[in-house]
Amino acid sequence: MRVLTPRRLLLTCALLAGVLLLVVFLCLKFGTSPISFYDLVLMLFRTATGQNDLVSSDFRLIVLNIRWPRILLAMIVGAALSVAGASFQALLRNPLADPYVLGVSSGAALGSILSLIWAAQLPGATPLGAFAGALAATAAVYFLGRREGELDSYALLLGGIITASFLSALIMFLMTTVSGRELRGMAFWLMGDLSTPTPVSSGWLLLVLVLGVAGIYTTAADLNLLLGGEQEAMHLGVDVVRVKLVVYLGASVLTGLAVSVAGAIGYVGLIVPHLIRLLFGSDYRLLIPATAIGGAIAVVLADTLARTLVSPTELPVGAMTALVGAPVFIYLLRRRAA
Amino acid sequence: MTPGEKTALEQPVAASQGAKPQRAADPPRVRVELASFAYTPEGGAPLFTLEATSFDVRSKEVVAVLGRNGSGKSTLLRLMAGALKPLSGRVQLEGFEVSQLDLRTRAQRVAIVQQETPLLFPVRVWDYVLQGRYPYSSGLRFQTEADSIVVRQALYEAGADPLRTRWMHKLSGGEKQRAVLARALAQQPLLLLLDEPTLHLDIAAQVELLRRLRRIANDKGYAVVVVTHELNLAAEFADRIVLLDRGKTLRVGTPAEVYQQDLLQQVFGTLLHVEHNSRGVPKVTFSGRDTE
Repeated sequence: MRVLTPRRLLLTCALLAGVLLLVVFLCLKFGTSPISFYDLVLMLFRTATGQNDLVSSDFRLIVLNIRWPRILLAMIVGAALSVAGASFQALLRNPLADPYVLGVSSGAALGSILSLIWAAQLPGATPLGAFAGALAATAAVYFLGRREGELDSYALLLGGIITASFLSALIMFLMTTVSGRELRGMAFWLMGDLSTPTPVSSGWLLLVLVLGVAGIYTTAADLNLLLGGEQEAMHLGVDVVRVKLVVYLGASVLTGLAVSVAGAIGYVGLIVPHLIRLLFGSDYRLLIPATAIGGAIAVVLADTLARTLVSPTELPVGAMTALVGAPVFIYLLRRRAA
Repeated sequence: MTPGEKTALEQPVAASQGAKPQRAADPPRVRVELASFAYTPEGGAPLFTLEATSFDVRSKEVVAVLGRNGSGKSTLLRLMAGALKPLSGRVQLEGFEVSQLDLRTRAQRVAIVQQETPLLFPVRVWDYVLQGRYPYSSGLRFQTEADSIVVRQALYEAGADPLRTRWMHKLSGGEKQRAVLARALAQQPLLLLLDEPTLHLDIAAQVELLRRLRRIANDKGYAVVVVTHELNLAAEFADRIVLLDRGKTLRVGTPAEVYQQDLLQQVFGTLLHVEHNSRGVPKVTFSGRDTE
């Protein structure tokens, strides 16, 4: 019997972490300015061993100051969005749930724009605004998706889409009050973009990511039971109210984190958990960490493609994920209906 | 309505609650004492009321709850599961108020097999049954040696042993019902509740399920309460019957005591005929024609 053991959990995560490392290495190499593998390995080795004076200034500028921070950001955003997606799927009992599809990302985007307009000078205003926006949007979608006290999966998806379009309209309205020069940056950011540097240090982002994921992970065993329905889970001893609250807060924090850094990158939270389920099964104790690493891999890859596909121009990474994600969404929807 | 039918309905509940004398010695496992419940929408009049109900369930006893749709059978079951708090009266399991038990303790003592809930993602039978061990551990709940012994035993008792590596969503109705029963058994409860477990099963699977429940009650000493529409199966396999009608408990007693032709006709609103076989088990037949 293949039951989940701590050993299998660790081995799977180690395997995925290995893949992530490889992907990061490759993505450090590719970009507008070419760098040979030999140089990359040599310079990375020198940086790692503290021989900083032997590292070329070109390398330091391009790889360490430009590519690496962006890859780090992509990893954080990818992990946050994927775990948020997997969590929303369990919380709302809907396999098609994703922060973007549900309009939670739009809520976070609106929250951060409002915080930019009203409280730009406060440190951490953007992430807090995004978090508040995500919380409000999740609550709205949750209540729109209820019919006769039960969550209805189609009402939920429709509620999400309506919420998203309403919030986007509000965002457009607010953006017309912003001057033209900032507009292009904002439009890019809304589409999901990693090229603008964040106001918050990546150390803080990592901390919030770890706290959010760890918080959700404490409910991993409960989420497995929640998939069979709230009533059933309660009869098996799950404190459903507490679990839902933890997951709701955790997923909103993660969505807020991702959106405040990189705007609304769509479909990552949908595709990554589905791929991981196909590969390793749907046990949330494995799914959450595996999804976090898998999400990091996916967004790093998507962003590298966005950087290099039409180089030297860049696509927003959200356009890349939507190009892949929307067809997958349609496929999953049709397969479910069949 | 003839006067005879009226008296049948109005006989006090307690009068027919004739527990067998040899059983009266051990204390009942579950005591439902004048428990009532009402679903009330905000600021409105109650939509549905379950009037004060009293009966006991003992260890090794199978009790069937009968009644038409909307008669309060599921409400009664949810009261016994502790999911609902009685409006008045008490529902006690070994002396403790069920709805007051914390969730974990309750899940160790009461297991409920509900009408089908679809699973969101595929899960194998073994992992599904293992969920029954949830209230016995904490944290990430990796499977222990003890868990695997209990799960194996539960699968065996439920007749689901050959299914252990199958996917839940690929099972037939009868197979799925056995896997769901196995999960409930893995909880090692004192009280096992089943809400219309025979629904969607063919007659062979129905008989097999009830025979299995009978055996589990005897072997494990569980108290079993089953809500069903199958009058004849209930008469065959249950020790006692609780007959509900529009939120009222009309009768509690052995099948022979409860299955009175005029009473059943009144409750189920159709012409039927009750006869008792050589073992004294009542049998209900429905007349297909409107003669008589």
